[in-house]
Amino acid sequence: MNSVEHYKEHFDQLQSTDKNGLTAIRKNAFDAFNKFGIPTSRHEEWKYTRIGGLFNKQYQFPVSTGSLSANDINDLRLPGHEQANELVFINGIFSFPLSKIISPELIVQSLEEAASNEFKEIVAANLGHSSDYLKDGINALNTAFVNGAVFVHVSKGKVTEHPIYIYNITDARTENIFSQPRSLVHVGQNAQVQLIETYVTIGASESFTNAVMEIVVEENALLEYYKIQNDASHTNQVSTTHIRQVGKSYVHAVTISLNGGIVRNNLNIVLDAERCEAHLYGLYFQKGKSHIDNHTVVDNVKPNCFSNELYKGVMNDEASGVFNGKIFVRQLAQKTNAYQSNKNVLLSDNATVNAKPQLEIFADDVKCSHGCTVGQLDEEALFYLQSRGIAGKVAHSLLVRAFATDILEHVKPAPIRAYIETLIAERLEY
Amino acid sequence: MNPEVYKESQIDVDEGLSTIEKTVLTDYKYGFVSKFDADEAPKGLSEDIVRFISARKNEPEWMLEWRLKAYKQWCRMADDEPTWANLKYPPINYQNIIYYSAPKQKMNPKSLDEIDPELRRTFEKLGISMNEQKRLTGVAVDAVIDSISIGTSFKEQLGELGIIFCSMSEAIQEHPELIKKYLSSVVPTTDNYFAALNAAVFSDGSFCYIPKGVRCPMELSTYFRINAENTGQFERTLIVADEGSYVSYLEGCTAPMRDENQLHAAVVELIAMDNAEIKYSTVQNWYPGDKNGVGGIYNFVTKRGICQGVNSKISWTQVETGSAITWKYPSVILKGDNSTGEFYSVAVTNNHQQADTGTKMHHLGKNTKSRIVSKGISAGFSNNSYRGLVHVGKKASNARNFSQCDSLLLGDKCGAHTFPYIEVRNKTALVEHEATTSKIGEDQIFYCNQRGIDTETAVALIVNGFAKEVMNQLPMEFAVEAQKLLAISLEGSVG
Repeated sequence: MNSVEHYKEHFDQLQSTDKNGLTAIRKNAFDAFNKFGIPTSRHEEWKYTRIGGLFNKQYQFPVSTGSLSANDINDLRLPGHEQANELVFINGIFSFPLSKIISPELIVQSLEEAASNEFKEIVAANLGHSSDYLKDGINALNTAFVNGAVFVHVSKGKVTEHPIYIYNITDARTENIFSQPRSLVHVGQNAQVQLIETYVTIGASESFTNAVMEIVVEENALLEYYKIQNDASHTNQVSTTHIRQVGKSYVHAVTISLNGGIVRNNLNIVLDAERCEAHLYGLYFQKGKSHIDNHTVVDNVKPNCFSNELYKGVMNDEASGVFNGKIFVRQLAQKTNAYQSNKNVLLSDNATVNAKPQLEIFADDVKCSHGCTVGQLDEEALFYLQSRGIAGKVAHSLLVRAFATDILEHVKPAPIRAYIETLIAERLEY
Repeated sequence: MNPEVYKESQIDVDEGLSTIEKTVLTDYKYGFVSKFDADEAPKGLSEDIVRFISARKNEPEWMLEWRLKAYKQWCRMADDEPTWANLKYPPINYQNIIYYSAPKQKMNPKSLDEIDPELRRTFEKLGISMNEQKRLTGVAVDAVIDSISIGTSFKEQLGELGIIFCSMSEAIQEHPELIKKYLSSVVPTTDNYFAALNAAVFSDGSFCYIPKGVRCPMELSTYFRINAENTGQFERTLIVADEGSYVSYLEGCTAPMRDENQLHAAVVELIAMDNAEIKYSTVQNWYPGDKNGVGGIYNFVTKRGICQGVNSKISWTQVETGSAITWKYPSVILKGDNSTGEFYSVAVTNNHQQADTGTKMHHLGKNTKSRIVSKGISAGFSNNSYRGLVHVGKKASNARNFSQCDSLLLGDKCGAHTFPYIEVRNKTALVEHEATTSKIGEDQIFYCNQRGIDTETAVALIVNGFAKEVMNQLPMEFAVEAQKLLAISLEGSVG
């Protein structure tokens, strides 16, 4: 799977079966993929995350949603799903029969369809915008194989009461699966929406998910975005969320990563209008040999924007964590306020943290800062708790939980927060 | 000389010779006597040039071997010229550079009146004494002789303590055992492209050895070293502090240095044994190019120190105001237990200057500590980047690091960038990093104006305050001049 020829066949097949508006963008992306290849550790953005090994294996390239039924995925649903819109991808292909839309203000259609109807301008302007930021083979690979992708439109002026749950399900019961979900979400003017995304693999074969979600946020809109990753350790993923704020708007994004094999998250926020506000939170709490890489980019293109970022990591066992946060302030983006903070705790001698908080600033009238720490639990706090009769192990768990709470309190939907808290409590064994 | 042409002539000669004759010829190759003009090598770099440099310096066989090995490594690294730095410059043609020119007899102006008035104005602002000004501009009067005699008397004093302080060429001749032992032990010749280049063609530099338990009584500086002028563009410095010793070393000069050589690739190696301490201070003020970014020095420097022994300490302090391109990462390998590494830096860029500078702290031993304070000031169209690595190895328990890098932007056409890398492999490590970017507040300027301080002076005042933490680390001799230097470097950037 590591040779480019391998993909050529699949690509030609896809291009010949599907003649609608996406062939040109796929072609460009495939050329880009041929040029970039699979990222190696020599690529600065992939210095600490090696995915080359994943490409040495054989995977099935799924072309249909397979045989999963609604019952099969019942157990995988997130709490609160009864009151939620549910969008389901199976092996990277969007499944209309398994999805459920209960909010009338939501328009969900296949991306191919949207590319040729009244939404075609939105699609043309925004599909592939993430490629301007992620110049590597892995992003190009997803775009080159756009197939079974989904377009979600949140109508102008509507507040979506029910959140949207997005399930990326991989059916790896019989063989290794390489899936590439793709979606484009358009949040119209004055609209409000909550998106909750999660990744699940069924079966014991390996899965490799390369997901790209692009979100456009219009004037006065409000977006809450949550990503929850708690997949098994034989599952790997590169998951990109690219949010572009094209009007004065508010974005609140939280990424919770609790398990997985190799997990790479790209979160890009492009503040492409004046007076935008963005909040980014992340918690990565890893065990075993899992590897988590959180790459964030906040690009201040226009003046007077505000962004705040807080990522916290707890590394146990032989886990390794990477945080790479970049803040760009373009020359035009005067009066930018941008903050970034990254805090890590190492619980084990075999755990690793690599952090790269970066600032690239081209405007002078700005306030930007970043901070980064790596340390361990406070001995004195542990002692304080123990001196009050709390067992060492419990005290330890309490402190880790307190550390995580800074992020958890930013998870606004109550059922989801409760769910994550349970997962963390299980992890802490108390 | 073109190496291929050379080879061809060899083949011609080879024909019809007996084995013995051939052997003689081969041997001759090693004792190569140059066909070049004695004072200057032709442009370009080849094995012959490396031999030429070595021969010109009368170097022993092992040194030549060492250089040739480095040269071969450099050739193999042709694709590894670093491109990752946040710097933009046209590709360097390494064959269009003269790699060796013997110290030329300078144009000796008869008096200071003949010196460029612009240069003199700068001297006066820096408060450099008349004698000093003469020395720096090469005015041939008694003052120069004075400085040599000062140098000699210092040398005697150092000699009594057993301190060796001499040029690298001298050290190769007189202390080969020390050079063999320590040269390239911290910066291997294969370390990076520019280090390999330096190893192949370095012209001279300083060597300093402080014996056990000796506290060097004065600040050592190239300034006092006889033969210090024209050390050339490829300098190599090696400082070894033996057990329990202390030395403070000053490199460079606050006075503006004009140099025709565009490419500079220096290497500095520091070695601190048990309980030893080395303090290395640099003021770099090479020609930065004119206001439009034409000309200026490309400065690619590899500086690294190793805290070899327990409780050792290495401290880097740098004030970087010159050069069109600065590529420099003074680093410390904290190998000995309880060792300490420090890095204090002020980098000022104005007009079209670009600086990509920072440090690396490798924590390997137990209870090691490091501290990084970096202040970047950008003005005009310049770009100033901090790039630093803090690495805590698996066995480095209780490692502690604190990094702070602040940037100040003067003007909206310049850029300030921060690229810290933090790698932690030990759970007992405590690493902190913080960075801020801001501009000079209008209220601060207003406050100064209101009290009758003009804007330019106010900026100098605020910038000096901003950089104070680093300036405080400089030895007295440098500190006063360096402060004025900051103000001069930023001239014309306000209003």
